[in-house]
Amino acid sequence: MTVGTEFLDWVVLLATVIMLAGAVAVLLLKDYLAAVAATSVVSLGASLLFVILRAPDVALTEAAVGAGLSGVIMALSLRRLGLWRIRGSGAADSSAPDERTGDAD
Amino acid sequence: MRDYLSLLFIAGLAFLLFIIAGELDFGNAPMRVGQGINQAAPGQVGAANIVTSVVLAYRALDTLGELAILFAAATAGGLVLGRPRPDAPRDPDAGFILRTAADLLFPLLLLVGLFVIVHGHLTPGGGFQGGVILAAAFFVPLLARPGTRFRHTGFAVVEGLAGAAFIVTGLLGLIYGGDFLQPLLGPGAMGSLLSAGTLPLLYMAVGLKVGAELAGLIARLAEFEAVEP
Repeated sequence: MTVGTEFLDWVVLLATVIMLAGAVAVLLLKDYLAAVAATSVVSLGASLLFVILRAPDVALTEAAVGAGLSGVIMALSLRRLGLWRIRGSGAADSSAPDERTGDAD
Repeated sequence: MRDYLSLLFIAGLAFLLFIIAGELDFGNAPMRVGQGINQAAPGQVGAANIVTSVVLAYRALDTLGELAILFAAATAGGLVLGRPRPDAPRDPDAGFILRTAADLLFPLLLLVGLFVIVHGHLTPGGGFQGGVILAAAFFVPLLARPGTRFRHTGFAVVEGLAGAAFIVTGLLGLIYGGDFLQPLLGPGAMGSLLSAGTLPLLYMAVGLKVGAELAGLIARLAEFEAVEP
């Protein structure tokens, strides 16, 4: 191994801090889509840890499933539930140009 | 009261985790099965990636169970989501940049997914990871052009055939090798693409099944239905 273990310790520390920050951000963020992105950050940090633990198979799974696919599925579920709307998609609410004020009824 | 109880629960969980983390050496698992498999697998199975020889040879039945669980989950998801209404409003196509990027990304992701599946017995990765990448590849054009119809029937046929191929390979192992899902055709030259017997075929079946399943699930989720204003 060419990289010193001290450097790896710092990388592990950084990844752990980023994962914890992402996990706390999921609880605190008001925007649902941002919370979904924060869960993906947690998975990305976990996949980095798996690489450092020399488990590249698990890291690949974590990156593909945890960071990629589950984020997509959660975002699409938010859309299904009506909690996230793509701005400018006039198909559903073409009558109300400004959707932040026009939801009174 | 409930808040205090959940706080107590979290504190207990953290205490347990700290005990376990303090006892264990970071990165060194106290297992002896792994060492035995590490020594026996290259000669018996012939896969350069030891993880694959565990997943598809020593514990292949677990993989079949995993596929069954995934199938049940995807079926339940499709059942809950239901059929999209034909008159439901759809999003307009995305802008020029996203459409062009999707056209460029789709074959690239397809290639990466197939590479990960085909080289599952040589390098890290395999059917599950490559299948997820394939599903992501089919999601990209759906993101750029939400109006296009997704052909669910074709994906269902691919999924069924791939699942059947996995079980048929296992039954051939039962007939010719004596055990269900026994690897056939011999280990071969370790490290070459055509090695490890029937393991690459099994991983190809797994990859196609997982990819078709998840692509269908994502497409079903993405098909836009009318939201109540």
